[in-house]
Amino acid sequence: MAYVPSADAHAHGEPQSFVTKYIWSQDHKVIAIQYSLTAIAVGIVALVLSGLMRIQLGMPETDLVDASAYYQFMTLHGMIMVVYLLTALFLGGFGNYLIPLMVGARDMVFPYVNMLSYWFYLLSVLVLMASFFVPGGPTGAGWTLYPPQAITGGTPGAGWGILTMLVSLAIFIVAATMGGLNYVTTVLQARTRGMTLMRMPLTVWGIFIASIMALLAFPALFVAAVMMILDATLGTSFFMPAIIAMGREMPHEGGSPLLFQHLFWFFGHPEVYIVALPAFGLVSDLISTHARKNIFGYHMMVWAIVAIGVLSFFVWAHHMYVSGMNLSFGFFFAISTLVIAVPTAIKVYNWILTLWQADIHLTVPMLFAMGFIVTFVVGGLTGLFLGNVVVDIPLADTYFVVAHFHMVMGVAPILVVFGALYHWFPKVTGRMMNDTLGQLHFWITFLGTYIIFFPMHYLGIMGMPRRYYAYEDYEFIPQSAHDLNTFITYAALVVGAAQVLFLFNLFWSALHGRPSGGNPWRATSLEWQTPDTPPKHGNWGEKLPEVHRWAYDYNVPGVEQDFIPQTEPQPESGHSAGEERT
Amino acid sequence: MADQMSANRPQVQNGAWRSLVDDWSSDRQAFRVSWGKAMMWIFLLSDTFVFSLLLIGYMAVRLTTPQPWPDTSEVFALTVLGHEFPLLLIAIMTFILITSSGTMAMAVNFGYARNRRLAALFMLFTAILGASFVGLQAFEWTDLIQKGVRPWENPMGAPQFGSAFFMITGFHGLHVSIGVLYLLIVARKVLRGDYDRAGSYEPVEIAGLYWHFVDLVWVFIFAFFYLL
Repeated sequence: MAYVPSADAHAHGEPQSFVTKYIWSQDHKVIAIQYSLTAIAVGIVALVLSGLMRIQLGMPETDLVDASAYYQFMTLHGMIMVVYLLTALFLGGFGNYLIPLMVGARDMVFPYVNMLSYWFYLLSVLVLMASFFVPGGPTGAGWTLYPPQAITGGTPGAGWGILTMLVSLAIFIVAATMGGLNYVTTVLQARTRGMTLMRMPLTVWGIFIASIMALLAFPALFVAAVMMILDATLGTSFFMPAIIAMGREMPHEGGSPLLFQHLFWFFGHPEVYIVALPAFGLVSDLISTHARKNIFGYHMMVWAIVAIGVLSFFVWAHHMYVSGMNLSFGFFFAISTLVIAVPTAIKVYNWILTLWQADIHLTVPMLFAMGFIVTFVVGGLTGLFLGNVVVDIPLADTYFVVAHFHMVMGVAPILVVFGALYHWFPKVTGRMMNDTLGQLHFWITFLGTYIIFFPMHYLGIMGMPRRYYAYEDYEFIPQSAHDLNTFITYAALVVGAAQVLFLFNLFWSALHGRPSGGNPWRATSLEWQTPDTPPKHGNWGEKLPEVHRWAYDYNVPGVEQDFIPQTEPQPESGHSAGEERT
Repeated sequence: MADQMSANRPQVQNGAWRSLVDDWSSDRQAFRVSWGKAMMWIFLLSDTFVFSLLLIGYMAVRLTTPQPWPDTSEVFALTVLGHEFPLLLIAIMTFILITSSGTMAMAVNFGYARNRRLAALFMLFTAILGASFVGLQAFEWTDLIQKGVRPWENPMGAPQFGSAFFMITGFHGLHVSIGVLYLLIVARKVLRGDYDRAGSYEPVEIAGLYWHFVDLVWVFIFAFFYLL
């Protein structure tokens, strides 16, 4: 034996019983599926909540939800979508499944901790769902949970609701930390022979940097949650100034509500990129694979991911322009926010240049990938408006903001989620998803989200404030805005219902889909070269794979096949194909 | 495992810069450490952020609260034989914790020397010192509570003093307590000879990393709470 791969030294026995294999499983692939299904389930709850909110906004005469319920649904919709769906799905789902397979490891470095990560995540979801059943219902403080209103009486769910939310977040952070430690350590220390950092697929880079960011940003949310729990239960005054609520003096004095906003956004802004960077990575691989062309500017793409990750820790106060801040701080944060646009634009240019003159296959994953680019550019451009203090102040708290962040961090990442699920589904199940249903799902979702969110820009510029439960009897809101709201609601309900197509496709294809074979997309990266599909416990059979090239050798000149897997040795003579060309 | 890893790694030539480049550009691992050690370092980095943000939060409320901050040399004074000694208790606690770092370092040293008994003994010393630190902290909490300080109120000035003090020392005390348990578990494994069979005493060093980190954090809490 020439060498003992360090991963083999840690190989653990294969589980035998159903319980150890599928429930208390330490296999990263099973944990990934558990994470994904839980995240999708909780995402459906959030989707239904948004439908109920839209019915209230578009058809206020139905009186389906009252004011309290509206705020509770809004809060839960936001928190679930950002944290419990997108973060969990990208890191816990795709990260868990793809990192060991893409870097050529047998599993995560600490499978037991990885398993705990999932069970803590499930617990946090259950605590959050329990908040629907506690006295007073879930919190209605808005997903940013700003104190003092989050814990003062009068806000829906001010007692039990906010507590369950904060406790659930704290548990989620513990889960994310245990997962994140595994992802980062696996990428750094457990790659297979030949897999240098600069040969890793961009998917791994995106998830890797996002995991590091999660480890550094979630502490801020953790600290904020602990302080607010103490404020709400023990009556401390970290965030609570002296206030009179409902005619009574509250037992707080001298706290700083702004401190919470700083802590929250020191987590909150990196969180945007914790969701976006994995999406960037996944979409790069989708585009390269389905356009049969190497990714344009691989090194630039990697450094752009790293630069975005670093910069995102220096922009948080751009969420607080209207909270009141020193003018030079506003100047600093506006500049740093706009500087982030540079590496982001590099990525967009590189995706487009990858598509340029490529052999584009309009498969379902490719459609979603291209839908992402368009949506991300639209959402990113309105970000330039909101990043400037002077433009932000009139637009703050209007539907323009709602449109912006739904485009850029709602719809865009979820399009990548769909594209990636269609793309990697064959590896997970060994079967293809139905193409016709997939195409239908894409066009309804893609066009539908534009019909929903594009008009919101106009509503925002018109001055329609967000987070209102009803808009009747405001003179500055014309009838046309109400009509537009009704129109948006119809579209939203159709798009929401169309997700059934996806769910049906997901479960039906898992059982009855066309067998896919090991590498249906003729892709180069390691996960498609496993000896079995779906990969067995330990992933690689007898011997770990050896990597000889980067992950983007598509249509290499002078090679007959239009892709060269990463495991293919370099030719004896002549210069290396691919890798050095960037 | 560490030996095995360094065995199949190319020899590094000329200087630190060269070796840094070699490490980062190598396949398989970016750092020449075991998985467990890498993970502990990354965890400690994350935990550093938790403690830093707690201390920043404490400084922020200290600046914003309109009430006066109590004079720490009076609050933390200890009366012994009729004399008031400012910061006496805290000096003892700090001394104990720093000493425990020393005994931990010796435990790691004996571990690598394959001296099973002494390594376990010094880990036990460390755990006892850690436990007595927690005990003294409980004593200090009792003292403050008797003076009327609560998380929500403080007869000597700003209520945030009590809130921040109990929260941050509590969180740190929790870290020390977990550390004591962690050390005892590892010490038991040392004594049983688990690491002789596994061929490496590195888990002792990893436990030591955690312990030194908890000590280091205490130095900052000490400086920010008791000296400022």
